[in-house]
Amino acid sequence: MSVKLVYFAWVRERIGKGEEEIELPDSVVTARDLLHHLKTLGEEYENALQYPEVIRVAVNQEHVEHSEKIAGAREIGIFPPMTGG
Amino acid sequence: MSVVPTIRVQSRDFDLQEEISALTAGRRDIGAVVTFTGLCRDEQGALSALELEHYPGMAEAEMQRIGRLALERFSLMGLTAIHRYGKILPGENIVLVIAASPHRQAAFDGANFVMDFLKTSAPFWKKEHAQDGTARDWVAAKDADDTARDKWR
Repeated sequence: MSVKLVYFAWVRERIGKGEEEIELPDSVVTARDLLHHLKTLGEEYENALQYPEVIRVAVNQEHVEHSEKIAGAREIGIFPPMTGG
Repeated sequence: MSVVPTIRVQSRDFDLQEEISALTAGRRDIGAVVTFTGLCRDEQGALSALELEHYPGMAEAEMQRIGRLALERFSLMGLTAIHRYGKILPGENIVLVIAASPHRQAAFDGANFVMDFLKTSAPFWKKEHAQDGTARDWVAAKDADDTARDKWR
């Protein structure tokens, strides 16, 4: 599955880019799987996703729990807890 | 009649009186308008600016979702939520919420509810800029904000 990933705030800064299109292996089923897969892609990903449990994931611009499946996602947002308002 | 929230994500400033007028124009049934304005503060002189980053598209969608929840839950007659992005200086506006209802309690609660959810689920992030011009760090999310949100459960 090929998917567009978009990163924000310190996740974006640590990975070093705002977005990318990547090919996911079949073993990546849930949002949690995705975060753990990304961590294996290099030091910058490891650094950004060191504590995956604090990272928020949005599929097609809607928040999802880490246990949710990401099949059919066109765009996945990966970012730290929000601090607007 | 179904009411829809007015939601805007913009870099430019907003005008409080203009937004209240837009919400109440021609209405004779609104008895209460509560507004909340969030401003950038300088943290005792340490901060020169905040940089607000957002997730375009999702920010608007999430604010719409929160706004619709508030309209329904508090039977509001109108709701406006505006959130700015980009560089914002101390003293400048960041966010505006206006809730209108027949009586005061629903308007107070509606505005409070929208702010509690905006802070915890609308995709915005603040980065601090120090007085010497260097970027400091990203603002950390506060547990107190989650607690404030959870009181609405």
